[in-house]
Amino acid sequence: MTSENIKQSGADNLPNAEELLNILAQKLEPLLRPNTALVGIQSGGVWLMNRLLTLLKSSIDKNAVEHGTLDVSFYRDDYAKRGLKPENRPSQIPFEVENKHIILIDDVFYTGRTTRAAVNELFDYGRPASVTLVALVNRGGRELPIAPQIVAADIPLHATQNLQLIQNANGNLSLELISTKVAQDTNE
Amino acid sequence: MNNPQLDADGRLRHLLSIEGLPKKILNQILDTAESFVGVAEREVKKVPLLRGKTVCNLFFENSTRTRTTFEIAAKRLSADVISLNVNTSSQSKGETILDTVDNLIAMHADMFVVRHSQSGAAHFIARHVPNHIHVINAGDGRHSHPTQGLLDVFTVRKYKPDLHNLRVAIVGDVLHSRVARSEIHALTTLGVPEVRVIAPKTLLPAQVEKLGVHVFHDMKAGLKDVDVVMMLRLQNERMNGAMLPSAQEYFKTYGLTQEKLSLAKPDAIVLHPGPMNRGVEIDSSVADGVQSVILPQVTYGIAVRMAVMAMLSGGS
Repeated sequence: MTSENIKQSGADNLPNAEELLNILAQKLEPLLRPNTALVGIQSGGVWLMNRLLTLLKSSIDKNAVEHGTLDVSFYRDDYAKRGLKPENRPSQIPFEVENKHIILIDDVFYTGRTTRAAVNELFDYGRPASVTLVALVNRGGRELPIAPQIVAADIPLHATQNLQLIQNANGNLSLELISTKVAQDTNE
Repeated sequence: MNNPQLDADGRLRHLLSIEGLPKKILNQILDTAESFVGVAEREVKKVPLLRGKTVCNLFFENSTRTRTTFEIAAKRLSADVISLNVNTSSQSKGETILDTVDNLIAMHADMFVVRHSQSGAAHFIARHVPNHIHVINAGDGRHSHPTQGLLDVFTVRKYKPDLHNLRVAIVGDVLHSRVARSEIHALTTLGVPEVRVIAPKTLLPAQVEKLGVHVFHDMKAGLKDVDVVMMLRLQNERMNGAMLPSAQEYFKTYGLTQEKLSLAKPDAIVLHPGPMNRGVEIDSSVADGVQSVILPQVTYGIAVRMAVMAMLSGGS
């Protein structure tokens, strides 16, 4: 369906992101209970969250699950080295974080640094009851004692490979693999 | 030409004036400020970007609002802040500006926020400091007050998002106003099609129309159908000579009243950089009225200053 967008180099047969999304939705559904909120991390995590809001609408409505978005630009640990990224969006958490069960949603889990930044930011809104991390893909290579509780697929990759979630013009999601000569920025 | 505000990669290194900054950088500052607005509404009003950095507010000229908002902005970025009223300390003992700056650099200052009554003071310091130190102009003489210009266009954009379709009037003491110059450069760079200045001849700089503005001496004609009214403070302290008959006379001709404001579009907004002279350039009923966005300007000023500091620092 979206294979023309996949630049494969190294790892053939990347899974279909739309199928992974359905797997993720199935695994996530039991976690939706009262006093829970979904928080998507910009940008891929927000695309996933928006799709999950539709896919899991009945459970979300039944449990009054709220949702928001985080842009972790102001909490990244490479700011001193790289400065502020030109593109950043306001974080929007339109609910009380205090005592809420938060489900963080990211697209590709790699080093854990984005999650670290997201958790730090989240705590500046209040003290959640719990934080669960959900990612579409775990690509391996974590550098912090952080791991996702739920993933739709494990795709071990080399440091020179960069796996990205892409949102196509029709709203469908796909995965893209780009190989670089040097190891990619480990803050992804 | 070498632009001292940008580094070799075109990134912001100092903020000295809006003149000479590309539209892309201005938009980046405004977009980043958008992200900082929400920070002030959270339980913890701080982000860790400038943690471990020291920001020095060097105020050679008095200011309360600007100094306070820069101080709050730096603190909300987790910086350590030192505010120096230099006119009451070293300067009065005869120390030169650069000696003051060098001493603060020896104390490991990372950023200077400079206000001075002489035009060009911030440029002078920026030329002097080593590469890793950043300078923000918080007002120099009649020249420039870039963060005020930026927070004014940020406020305008909040209420009137389509800048390409606006008619803006800047009213009052343009001659002495660094704010007016910064506003004009910001508005024209961001594509506002019609910027008017309304003032008596004695309070307009020579050849002001070369900045790309339409000049009006009659306030009623100038306010006709504008979307935004930017008032300026009458700067009595900078006037040496009889530029005006009296404050009362000025209010009659150039003071913004409800009656004059009714000539603008019904949904026009009113800005003022503060401090206001009520009953001189603006009537209290307008300053406190529904069309006034003067207090939101102050709130947004913090977000804009946070954005500037966050863009300058980091990425060494």
